[in-house]
Amino acid sequence: MSAVSATTGRRTGRRPQWLTPLLLGLPALAVVLLSQGYPLVRQLVMSFQEFGLRQQFGQPPEFVGLKNYAAVFSDSVFWVVLARSIVFCAVCAALTMLLGVAFAVLMTRLVTAVRVVLQSAMLLAWAIPVLSSLTVWQWLFNTRNGLVNWVLVHAGLDQFDRYAWLLQGTTLLVIAGVIVVWMSVPLVVFMVYASLTQLDPEVLEAAELDGASGIQRFRYVTVPGVAPVLMLVGLLQIIWDIRVFTQISVLQDAGGVAEDSNLLGTYVYQIGLGQGNYGMGSAVAMVMLVITLALTAGYVRSLVRQGATA
Amino acid sequence: MSAPTAAAPVAAVGRLSATVPGRVVRSRAQRVRKVVLQVVAVLIAVLWVFPIYWMVNSSLQSSAELSGDPHFWPSPAELGNYGRILSDPTFWSALRVSATVTVIAVAVALFSAFFAAVALTRFRFRGRTSMVITVLVIQMIPAEALFISQYRMLDGWGLINSVVGLGLLYAGHSVPITIWMLKGFVDGVPADLEEAAMIDGCSRPGAFLRITLPLLAPGLVASGIFALLASWNEYTLALVVMKDNSSATLPLWLARFNVANEATDWGAIMAGSTLVALPVVVVFLIVQGRMAKGLVAGAVKG
Repeated sequence: MSAVSATTGRRTGRRPQWLTPLLLGLPALAVVLLSQGYPLVRQLVMSFQEFGLRQQFGQPPEFVGLKNYAAVFSDSVFWVVLARSIVFCAVCAALTMLLGVAFAVLMTRLVTAVRVVLQSAMLLAWAIPVLSSLTVWQWLFNTRNGLVNWVLVHAGLDQFDRYAWLLQGTTLLVIAGVIVVWMSVPLVVFMVYASLTQLDPEVLEAAELDGASGIQRFRYVTVPGVAPVLMLVGLLQIIWDIRVFTQISVLQDAGGVAEDSNLLGTYVYQIGLGQGNYGMGSAVAMVMLVITLALTAGYVRSLVRQGATA
Repeated sequence: MSAPTAAAPVAAVGRLSATVPGRVVRSRAQRVRKVVLQVVAVLIAVLWVFPIYWMVNSSLQSSAELSGDPHFWPSPAELGNYGRILSDPTFWSALRVSATVTVIAVAVALFSAFFAAVALTRFRFRGRTSMVITVLVIQMIPAEALFISQYRMLDGWGLINSVVGLGLLYAGHSVPITIWMLKGFVDGVPADLEEAAMIDGCSRPGAFLRITLPLLAPGLVASGIFALLASWNEYTLALVVMKDNSSATLPLWLARFNVANEATDWGAIMAGSTLVALPVVVVFLIVQGRMAKGLVAGAVKG
């Protein structure tokens, strides 16, 4: 690198050192500013404006200060949606991590053939497009001919005869949660397994020779060894699961209920784009953005720390 | 005594128990436990793959079969469902829209991210680290946090229902992750190689084009495929931008086809679902090794 720096150093006489990287970065900067930077500014402005149906028909928007935010924070529906999102996220992320770590540990105990079978299954579930998996999960939970109801009825649970899973907010969220966990577990398995295989087996052996039990070895050798990866993956799961949109939205559209199943993402969509209340929708979206950025700060810190140790 | 293929820690445990006499009894219990673990693993694999199996299985059955008790094996396999999808013009129209949007998004994202990645790796300038962190942060902004104003913006420019409008949003979403992935690949090519070429008389851009760029080809392909899959599978922004059925992308088409036929024709829905998944799964299985690395950095999840 030093020689290259030397050549750039020689050039500083002619043009400033930052000019070339700036020119190189310009296209990317333009794309991001156009598609995300400008909408972000516009949305921030809109969240301080009265911007509803009248404005869509030509009336100039009016600045109303914090009125939208006050309306959001005094609306009990918002708090219910926020609480529901947090619970949904906590349950899904916890289950995903638990199963993912358990499967990854299991993978270290498998003979090669079985491990390849498990890895392939995980890979398939990971690769499948979200809309394809959403349609098959709907079919599995179908009211009349779904396999889940059929199995439950044959297991003696007659109340599931023609049970309509999507018609209740709670059960719709259960299905969405199952889908989210099902599709998220593979990534956790692969990442945790990769870091488990990088642990030094000699350290584990030494711990065993020193009389550490299996649980102690796991707790004091394995867990600290993979902790950075666990932190990273866990944070990613939380960031992803707090804003689940596609699964909820598709299940709602497919004849499900919308009122008791909204999470933050679908709530923003409904008041903003559905009802045309752009001002208030923008305010909720900004709240969501702040939550995500707060979580992202932790993610970036853990990523930088991992990059430093790796 | 333990299977030679077992993972290293297990092998170590096995070796130990064979040499310590008091452990022989425990080692038989261990062997039983090991077999149980293999069985559990296979059961998990079956459970995880089952929805995908069920999709293919149902796609090969007639509506009459699907409306009775479940058949766990399609016999005889019925291809009529696929015929109905493949003769449906809305499927082909969605395929065209998806392909166009994806090409636009990947071309724009790859081109712009490539130069940005070079800027971030091959140059030292003030604010470089904060630029890298900014890239990371932008990448985490959820689509739902911006789609209201993105809709307003495209609406103002007459780009609702337009592949250009959606392609721009997809490119914007893919640029940060593409920069991040390409940065890793450019970092992997030693600058010494370029310097050697420069000593031999190459100009700096010339050295980069002749030496580094060819070495980056696999990285460009991997990041391109990553952006391709993200755009191909995306649903949220497509729902916001592509209002008309005639401009639907494949995921939107599948969702709407599902709603329209869920009372009568699950066979066709499952066939459509399989057709949407097939190319993605094939591409994914080919490149999965590289994908894992990119996903660590924080990718887009449906």
